[in-house]
Amino acid sequence: MSSTNTKRMTYLDALGLAQREELERDPTTIMIGEDISLYASGGAFGNIDAKRIRSTPISECGFAGMAIGAAMTGLRPIVDLTIANFIYLAADPIINQAARVRYMTGGQFKVPVTFRASMWHGQSNAAQHSDRPYPMFMNVPGLKIVVPATPTDAKGLLKAAIRDDNPVLVFEDNDLWGMKEDVTLDTDFVLPIGKADIKRAGSDVTIISVAGCLRHCLKAAEALAKEGISAEVVDLRTLLPLDNEAILTSLGKTGRIVIVDYAHRTAGAAAEIAAIVAEDGFDLLKKPVKRVVTPDVPIPFSPGMEAPLYPSAHSIAAAVRQLM
Amino acid sequence: MKNDIDSEAYLRMLKIRGFEQAITKLITEGEVAGAAHSSIGQEAAIVGACMALNIDDYISGTHRSHGHPIGKGAKLNPLMAEILGKVTGVCKGRGGSMHLTDTSVGSIGESAIVGGGIPIATGAALTAQVLGTKQVALAFFGDGASNEGVFHESLNMAAIWKLPVIFFCENNGYAAVTPAIQTHGQPDVAKRAVGYGIPGVIVDGQVFDDVYKATVEAVERARSGAGPTLIEAKTYRFDEHCVGLFINGNYRPAAEVEHFKTERDPVTLFRTVLAARGFSEDALKEIETQASGLIDEAVAFAKASDYPDPEEAFELIYAEPTIIRR
Repeated sequence: MSSTNTKRMTYLDALGLAQREELERDPTTIMIGEDISLYASGGAFGNIDAKRIRSTPISECGFAGMAIGAAMTGLRPIVDLTIANFIYLAADPIINQAARVRYMTGGQFKVPVTFRASMWHGQSNAAQHSDRPYPMFMNVPGLKIVVPATPTDAKGLLKAAIRDDNPVLVFEDNDLWGMKEDVTLDTDFVLPIGKADIKRAGSDVTIISVAGCLRHCLKAAEALAKEGISAEVVDLRTLLPLDNEAILTSLGKTGRIVIVDYAHRTAGAAAEIAAIVAEDGFDLLKKPVKRVVTPDVPIPFSPGMEAPLYPSAHSIAAAVRQLM
Repeated sequence: MKNDIDSEAYLRMLKIRGFEQAITKLITEGEVAGAAHSSIGQEAAIVGACMALNIDDYISGTHRSHGHPIGKGAKLNPLMAEILGKVTGVCKGRGGSMHLTDTSVGSIGESAIVGGGIPIATGAALTAQVLGTKQVALAFFGDGASNEGVFHESLNMAAIWKLPVIFFCENNGYAAVTPAIQTHGQPDVAKRAVGYGIPGVIVDGQVFDDVYKATVEAVERARSGAGPTLIEAKTYRFDEHCVGLFINGNYRPAAEVEHFKTERDPVTLFRTVLAARGFSEDALKEIETQASGLIDEAVAFAKASDYPDPEEAFELIYAEPTIIRR
């Protein structure tokens, strides 16, 4: 039932609500993932038939391929891959099947499958549990990729992903899980995939935020405002397809651009955005493009080594000051 | 009834044989771009499995998969046009030889990633189970694919959930040019079923009746809710891994190839069976004439068809029309 009421909830609760609403709305929607029977028994997926909840063996490649086969034949699976690094095990069917089976068969299939992957961060999980794999998948035509950074966006974009008739990857920074805000209880609230959102308006510099970098970008913008620098924060929300228009429109206002991304530097999301700016927005630039990203090092375990590698409000503000 | 199945099976085996022979000829004429993998020698395994299925049951295939949609009853013209890269192809020229797919007969795709079709068919079986449709899915794959992780993962998941799926291994003895005996701890793929608690059945893949009977049992088991079966059809590929491929090295004995071609040809063996069952020479010839007529028609159709407009490369990537940057 539609409702305009809101409820204060965490990012993680908003994802859970999105999932539950879609499972209750559409009987062809199913859940696939490891350990999910435990959550099902706690009511996480609402009151739905147990055969729509598939708690799997540890077989990421197999169950991802199975979900794709199910999507090709009439189901709408939501696959929870848990930690984002595990998506590498499922990369073959996601890339070789989901992304191109519609194309290869001349349009004989739709592939409405959603893959969720949480990106762990800043918690001493070392290099096999701390990746942001989305740039690799941005190189795969046929996929869509969303990276919500607030509870409301998490709800609206996960629901959009589930309802989409294409394979959609949903990457969630897990340090956002506890973030709280008022989230709509409207069961038909969906956000458009492919549309960026201006989270703070400004006129001197554009800060492009990717995924969970948003909080640091907003904090940096606040600090810069006290120095008289007006920063506009553009939250991309979707990485495939990229909202080029939003990037260039903001750049047109400010003439300066800093791109902030937790992913590694080389061929990261920030690199593609910088290329778009160089190709289509060169004349708008008053200063060179700046990237604030994670350097090309595997994520180390020891907290003192890990923390300084990531973009922070401090490093973002410092990058902006260099452009002023 | 048995008579109808026999004549239809013979027709489909002849269609596969004739289709592959026509493609070999088209390759020498320079009409086919890319690689083509021939199913000649494996017709009884393919048709024996497909005849046990309903038209709305699902099949998934492999890189060596021209025969699978034909075995399932697909029209030949769009298949042949696809292999020639024409706009009238079943995949509009986007898939080609290794990706013939015809959903109108339940063919849900052929994967050039070895083993890739196995979890896809398992997923189709999951759909059938969740929606309660009573359809089954059958995954065709080779001996090579049985060493991929997804083979094991799919068998295990199908077993624990009793999915209505048949895992059908066409063991032709060679993964490209590597003998199966060098890549398997023991020679029988079907014995791997034991590890997953499901039936594993070995059949003579050159004998239509044996394949058909085993698959009918597996389909009944799957449809009744009792779960998956692994069938291993021992068969043989008469051509090289890839038509026209020059293999530098002797990976299989010439006498072995000759033995299969002269003594174990599935089409010849089935013809003898049909004659013994009372099919007259005229009746058999009529089926053979029908098959060759359909092949000639498909070749003419494919040759006469246009190539796609290169602009069409930018279409059908997403479910909705999408602008792709040039």
